[in-house]
Amino acid sequence: MIRTISSTVNSKPVTWRIDVRMSLAEVLRTNGFTSVKEGCGVGECGACAVLIDDVTVDSCLFLAIWADGCNIRTAEGESRGGELSEVQQAYLDSGAVQCGFCTPGLVMSSTEFVEKHRGEKVSREKIRKEHAGHICRCTGYEGIIRAVEQCMKPYEKHKSTDS
Amino acid sequence: MVVGKAVQRVDGVAKVTGKARYTDDFTMPGMRVAKYLRSTISHGRVTFIDTSQAKALPGVDGVFTFQDVPKRIYATAGHPFSLDPHHMDVADRYLLTDHVRYMGDEIAIVVAVNDLVATKALSLIDVEYESYQPLVEVSDILSKDAVEIHKGSGNIVKSHSFVAGGDLDAVKEECDRLIKGRYKTQIVQHCHLENHTAYAYMDDLDRIVIVSSTQIPHIARRIVGEALEMDVGFIRVIKPAIGGGFGNKQDVILEPMVAFLTKKLDGIPVRLKLDREEGMIGTRVRHPFDVKVQVGLDREGTVKLIDFDALSITGAYASHGHSIVSAGAAKTHYMYPRAVYSCKTKTIYSNIPAAGAMRAYGSPQMTFAIECAMEEAARSFGMDSVEFRLKNGARAGDKSQITKKPIMTCGLLDSIYKGKELINWDKKRAAWSAEQTGQVRNGLGVAIFSYGSGTYPVCVEPASARLILNQDGSAHLQVGATEIGQGSDTALAQMAAETLGFTFEKIHVVSAQDTDVTPFDTGSYASRQTYVTGQAVMRTAEQLKTKILAHASVITGLDSELITIVGDDIVIAEDPKIAVLSVRDVAIDAYYNKERGGQITAEATYKVRNNPHVFGCTFVDITVDIPLCRVKINEIYNVHDSGIIINPVTAEGQVHGGMAMGIGAALFEELMVDPDSGKIYNNNLLDYKVPTIMDIPDLGAAFIETNEPTHPYGSKSLGEPPIISQAPAIRNAILDATGVAINELPMSPKTIFKYFKNAGLI
Repeated sequence: MIRTISSTVNSKPVTWRIDVRMSLAEVLRTNGFTSVKEGCGVGECGACAVLIDDVTVDSCLFLAIWADGCNIRTAEGESRGGELSEVQQAYLDSGAVQCGFCTPGLVMSSTEFVEKHRGEKVSREKIRKEHAGHICRCTGYEGIIRAVEQCMKPYEKHKSTDS
Repeated sequence: MVVGKAVQRVDGVAKVTGKARYTDDFTMPGMRVAKYLRSTISHGRVTFIDTSQAKALPGVDGVFTFQDVPKRIYATAGHPFSLDPHHMDVADRYLLTDHVRYMGDEIAIVVAVNDLVATKALSLIDVEYESYQPLVEVSDILSKDAVEIHKGSGNIVKSHSFVAGGDLDAVKEECDRLIKGRYKTQIVQHCHLENHTAYAYMDDLDRIVIVSSTQIPHIARRIVGEALEMDVGFIRVIKPAIGGGFGNKQDVILEPMVAFLTKKLDGIPVRLKLDREEGMIGTRVRHPFDVKVQVGLDREGTVKLIDFDALSITGAYASHGHSIVSAGAAKTHYMYPRAVYSCKTKTIYSNIPAAGAMRAYGSPQMTFAIECAMEEAARSFGMDSVEFRLKNGARAGDKSQITKKPIMTCGLLDSIYKGKELINWDKKRAAWSAEQTGQVRNGLGVAIFSYGSGTYPVCVEPASARLILNQDGSAHLQVGATEIGQGSDTALAQMAAETLGFTFEKIHVVSAQDTDVTPFDTGSYASRQTYVTGQAVMRTAEQLKTKILAHASVITGLDSELITIVGDDIVIAEDPKIAVLSVRDVAIDAYYNKERGGQITAEATYKVRNNPHVFGCTFVDITVDIPLCRVKINEIYNVHDSGIIINPVTAEGQVHGGMAMGIGAALFEELMVDPDSGKIYNNNLLDYKVPTIMDIPDLGAAFIETNEPTHPYGSKSLGEPPIISQAPAIRNAILDATGVAINELPMSPKTIFKYFKNAGLI
């Protein structure tokens, strides 16, 4: 069965005619958003994570028809006019990128985290908990945690010496 | 200086924006998908197969079985070709087989318009089998009546033994004390985030183009040629960005099949992409080892001999099996090089998934055995674990017992001092009581490692590079070495910029390899590229620099000896503040002056004939919860002597990543086999416990920078070594905390429970 959905992807309106059986990951990839990676196809690895109405979702487990009327964000849309987002830049500064296959999905989780908790003083434990849906086999996660810390630091309202 | 600086990795922006293109991100109009029919038994023969219904399904382009493939047996291990017939890889595979050797063996393949049709077609193939007893337990595999998994093998891939450094029996006689131990390691899977995937098409009637997620494009090209009986000139392999490999893509797994399929189907593009569940059984795994060790010591606690008897299980096919256990033994002997080193190894087949190369290639298994045994040795003398290793560990000037060459640089002892200081060893030792009694106890552990920089002298070490000066004064760098996430493109660009005198931004690395145009290099394995390829890059850059200065000399009339390159300019060598013209000016003149010049390019190829060893250690502070049989890592540090560090940020990233993989293999990861059927229980990322961010503690990395004289920038290997020493360090810390020696991996609650129960702790 074919249905038409209308959504926003990275602030641009799109209308797609899709087979109702297709996952959002498949539809996004088919339409050129190849930052959305498939590492498992069953919601174990997080490489296909995107933001749907600013909440991280594994797009391989999310039917594309459910995204009708939603605002979708992918890693492609986080850089604008040749400028990286602060999360993307922090990933590079902190050595959070190696093979890069998990990176776009993780960047989206970190983006949600940074936007949601801006101004708070967050612990490494909190960063860990809210990135637990991703597997990265290259970095040992240390660089990823440092990248998130780099994004949070300038906005912290309750600074303390304990980091 | 560009070398030694934390420049931003050259592929970084592409990767954080999702613009980096991996194999599956390319598509072609009309591309078909292929899917394997995998066996549902682990050992036996296909006695009947009927594909007629599948072939008749609309949307199916072809169905091929073991009856349709070339009767050509080939080897898949991604080694350089060997001119020595005794060193050839083991040829034991056909593209498809009727002789089933593991549950999931490839017996047929379907090509169709899409996944759904291909899956439907697979369900329409009728297969009947004759089943043999699955050979999973060692006693069954080696029993006299066992069916041979590969005819004529006796189920043994290879046996190998050597003694280096003296007469074993004589030294054994002299020893005051002999420590014996037996240590077992488990099956681990690489779990790179990008599954194996490849596609192929033909661009005319003869030539096959393969795009693949491979660490070894040039080797893949040769092996496709061997599998299909084609000359390599008709085969082109392209390697785009790759989502990790860790050795699993140092094996030629899908490339011969996609080449075969497109050839059979008149050159239409065909993609073969494994899903995670298939990939975890149908590619490669790490060899499980069963190692018996004897360590001989004199009365002062000096290690006099290390004697191994190691059994390695390679599974259904040899892959790298013939070389891994020997390589592990040879590379680890540098840890205690003043001891006589004796090694008996045997690698056997089994009806389980094939094992192959995985990060550090046999060394994590061997190091687990050695460093557990060394801990027993230290404790038997009442010696501090650190002091024991300081006393016996390698020092610069020691000779390798195997190669008889001296170790030129060795930062092992400094690494141990550094690790000891980072973890606060002495203070914690003093503060914690020697005999702890509570249910939650603290432990400190240490383990050391050694590793090589490449494969010489066992294998040839060729590397090549090409530099092309562009009209804008920048240069394109082409290498056959592959970036697989480790940061080699960035390190090689740093070395090129350094030698040329260019700013880093003026080096453009051509990241994708294409065997039609990329200079020859065997690829990413053995932690070789910074050390081996770096030397080809340095030679190429020297040539390019000479050519640029020669042309600048023609333009300016200045002797080329008097000028050099600094940044974007040609300057007076003795007074670099005086710029005479820009590199861009030289390039424009060379390209477009009607009377002189031409394109300025350089190319060099170089075979390294050294193999400096790297050294280091892991220090760990843990808490053991005895009733829960759980280990919590409070602090963990890896300290590495990898020579001079080319890029501190990417180097630290390698160490962190290796540590996490090492912790995973120490505490959680195990591909579980049903001993009765050979079935793998947990071939997915939910049941196979790859560490998540919750499972990995804060990681600490430090470097002891020795200056390796055989490398132009003093560098040695770093890619694999970070994974080697976590398991023994954690195991020794558990021993420290509880008095219980856990001698098998992983040290998950399941294993720990068994040992604690036996010890009467619970």
